[in-house]
Amino acid sequence: MKELSLHVLDLVENALRAGARRITISLLEDSARDLLEMVVEDDGKGMDEKTRQQALNPFFSTKGKKVGLGLPLIAQLSKQCGGSLEIASEEGKGTRVKATFRRSHIDLPPLGNLAETLFVLLASHPEVEFVFSHEVDGRRFSFNSREVFRALGTENPGGNPVLLSALRDWIAYHENTLREGQTDEDYKS
Amino acid sequence: MKITSLEDLKRIKEEAQKRALLREGKAEYKITVHMGTCGIAAGARQVMAAILDEIAKRNLTNVLVTQAGCIGLCDREPLVSIEKGTERVLYGDLTPEKARQLVASHIVNGQIVGDWVVHTER
Repeated sequence: MKELSLHVLDLVENALRAGARRITISLLEDSARDLLEMVVEDDGKGMDEKTRQQALNPFFSTKGKKVGLGLPLIAQLSKQCGGSLEIASEEGKGTRVKATFRRSHIDLPPLGNLAETLFVLLASHPEVEFVFSHEVDGRRFSFNSREVFRALGTENPGGNPVLLSALRDWIAYHENTLREGQTDEDYKS
Repeated sequence: MKITSLEDLKRIKEEAQKRALLREGKAEYKITVHMGTCGIAAGARQVMAAILDEIAKRNLTNVLVTQAGCIGLCDREPLVSIEKGTERVLYGDLTPEKARQLVASHIVNGQIVGDWVVHTER
């Protein structure tokens, strides 16, 4: 994967496939601790202990395939970049995947186009509640998709492509200004 | 125009709704982007974003865009299938540019792009 935001998308796809209704995506960047932390937490069907232990084996999958590369790839990357990957899961409750990286590591890919990752997720799964938060050295951009939709007076923007594109631009604007040190906003309805 | 606030979003939503009312229709086409790890690594996100963007630009209201997982044709990713009624066409080796052309050709003009087809079901 060329971007960390593609790994975020991949982790969220796992959560969606597990039947999640609420998915929390949290990114934390801390220069002082030289840390980048990525957490994806869902309320899907979860894994039993045996499955959880197998989850990082690239030749293990629960989807009827011979390989399952999503988690092994991000585990390898975090290890390579001086971090680690932790998976906590409870059957019937959900799963939490946390990946950490040394933020200044030469092998760490860029975060990339997070707005596009969120755009395709909001467009194809408007019924799922996405709780997004991105913190950079104490400043934060965060929103809850359900609250944003409600503030816009719509239950489901799925049938409104123009609004979805506008949402992407809104996220991209805040992601850019967050990087430049301007945005510090939590959207609450 | 820069979209910086929820107010901007609200205004865009209202304008879009006015236009949508003029040409109300049910989803005639269903576009599925295959979004497994293999698809994502090959560029499925960019392909899906291009499709959504093209649909917004053309203000198409008869298309539903959704996702699915890996279907075992990882070497032909990014894969996209377009369904209408019982007809299902699977396209492979796509790029964002090809995806935009698919919207124009397959959806708007009703012409299947034969060169990019992996499989067809009727």
